[in-house]
Amino acid sequence: MADKVLMKGNEAIAEAAIIAGCRHYFGYPITPQTEIAAYMAKRMPKIGGTFLQAESEIAAINMVYGVASTGLRVMTSSSSPGISLKGEGLSYLAGADLPSLVVNVQRGGPGLGGIQPSQSDYFQATRGGGHGDFRMIVLAPASVQEMAELTVRGFELADKYRMTAMILADGTMGQMMEPVALDFDVKPVPEKPWATTGTGMKRPHNIVNSLSLVPEELEQLNIARFERYKQIEETETLYEEYMMDDAEIAIAAFGIAARVAKNAIVEARKMGIKVGMIRPITLWPFPKAPFKKAAEHVKQFISVELSMGQMIEDVKLASECRVPVTLCNRVGGMIPSPEQVLESIKEAAKNGGNN
Amino acid sequence: MRTYKRITLLCGHYGSGKTNIAVSMAFDLKKQEKNVALADLDIVNPYFRAKDSKEDLKKADIRLICSEYANSNVDIPALPQDMYAIIDDKSLHSILDIGGDDRGALALGRLAPAILEENDYEMLMVINRARPLTRDAASTLEVMREIETAGGIPFTGLVNNTNLGAETTADDVLASDAYAREVSEQSGLPLVLTTVREDLAAVLNGKVENLFPIRLQKHENL
Repeated sequence: MADKVLMKGNEAIAEAAIIAGCRHYFGYPITPQTEIAAYMAKRMPKIGGTFLQAESEIAAINMVYGVASTGLRVMTSSSSPGISLKGEGLSYLAGADLPSLVVNVQRGGPGLGGIQPSQSDYFQATRGGGHGDFRMIVLAPASVQEMAELTVRGFELADKYRMTAMILADGTMGQMMEPVALDFDVKPVPEKPWATTGTGMKRPHNIVNSLSLVPEELEQLNIARFERYKQIEETETLYEEYMMDDAEIAIAAFGIAARVAKNAIVEARKMGIKVGMIRPITLWPFPKAPFKKAAEHVKQFISVELSMGQMIEDVKLASECRVPVTLCNRVGGMIPSPEQVLESIKEAAKNGGNN
Repeated sequence: MRTYKRITLLCGHYGSGKTNIAVSMAFDLKKQEKNVALADLDIVNPYFRAKDSKEDLKKADIRLICSEYANSNVDIPALPQDMYAIIDDKSLHSILDIGGDDRGALALGRLAPAILEENDYEMLMVINRARPLTRDAASTLEVMREIETAGGIPFTGLVNNTNLGAETTADDVLASDAYAREVSEQSGLPLVLTTVREDLAAVLNGKVENLFPIRLQKHENL
């Protein structure tokens, strides 16, 4: 036990960020992610880092822009309404090709919504999160251990591709406590010759900017950025397959929904129903390959979500609509029960996929 | 059988296990006293509240003093309107579940002078070595001093609640004893209880002093 600690998901993100070398955190409190800020407030001053409670989410994301420009690892965190406020800043970060880590511990919406868990910011996260043509790498943890590991991974990917990586968690993941091993390796931070660290009279000035007034040049910047995105789609997808070898029904679920679905799958298997699960860990890039492959042998997909059906669109696209895709969901802060998921599996088995 | 003062306060680091201990203590206290209350004075966390055990407490005739907004979507740091019963009704024996860290202990401000004046209380610090910010005696003492300063009541004893959630083994508890004794030595406070999950209590019986089995709450929402 010496190596494991008992942590809340939110605390695991904060500690993992520190392990990854992040020494600058800017945030504004909002349930259910406030423990990230509280943890940083306690830890950062002790290790020579900076914790700053900004006057607003908008201020915090622009402070992230400032530190990211210097090439240092930096993060902010919030929950759904606060992430919407950060939208402008996310777009500016993308336009300036700056690496950063942004955490969204989602709560029920839209609007101010509630404080219970949700996955209804899937569209917002996977389609960029702000105005303009851009993407974020979106990582979806399903345990407190993954909250920590994907935070480190997020920083590494953000630096590698000079873009924002987002941890898309939910209120349950943020609040639940599980034992965590924090002894993971962190790769060295890559050189950042573009950073504004002072010329030392040895090189031309580096300029970090998202303003581009010559349309021909702005077009080229966008095309070059999407070349990078293409490379990410080809090499950086992460997913877990569970009992998929002989599956005739496949569940698609991430985060807390995947944990619930696993329980339902175990029960369905006892009844002789051949059901498995594909759990996307990167939501962007979406792991298209396993869904395309599964579409060759499953009769139906069931997308289990804490939203009105958002990831289901990516499941349909990835499987090229070759078999029916149904939705099993709860919203507004409610979580589907294993029994509800089991019912949807039994329904699919009864219909033989002919929905 | 454990002897209780009229007021037992449970404070400690955020996530150290105060609420589960408080609920179990209330049931234990009810075996000895007629008029028992469990007071949830948490102003830090809207989740995982003593209110999760509302029905069981009602069945056992234990009064729950708790904000209307606990476990609800109304995310405000509210104190229960009937909390003065704790100090005003001298026939009432209470277990007080205080929110985490020094911020949580601020809730004691209104009650502290009366509790100190009456002087029939026990102020317990719940410690868990498996929590990231209380891994050793020095850091635990730091949290303890912060809570004392904010709450205005000096601690009288320690509760070792070292656990890794569902993964906790009897060996984990045994291994934490040295830590708990070190905290006790450095703070000058007695180690009054070691709290463990009910199933581990059977295994550890006779191996650890002052063992107190706790039952874990089921959560209403999360």
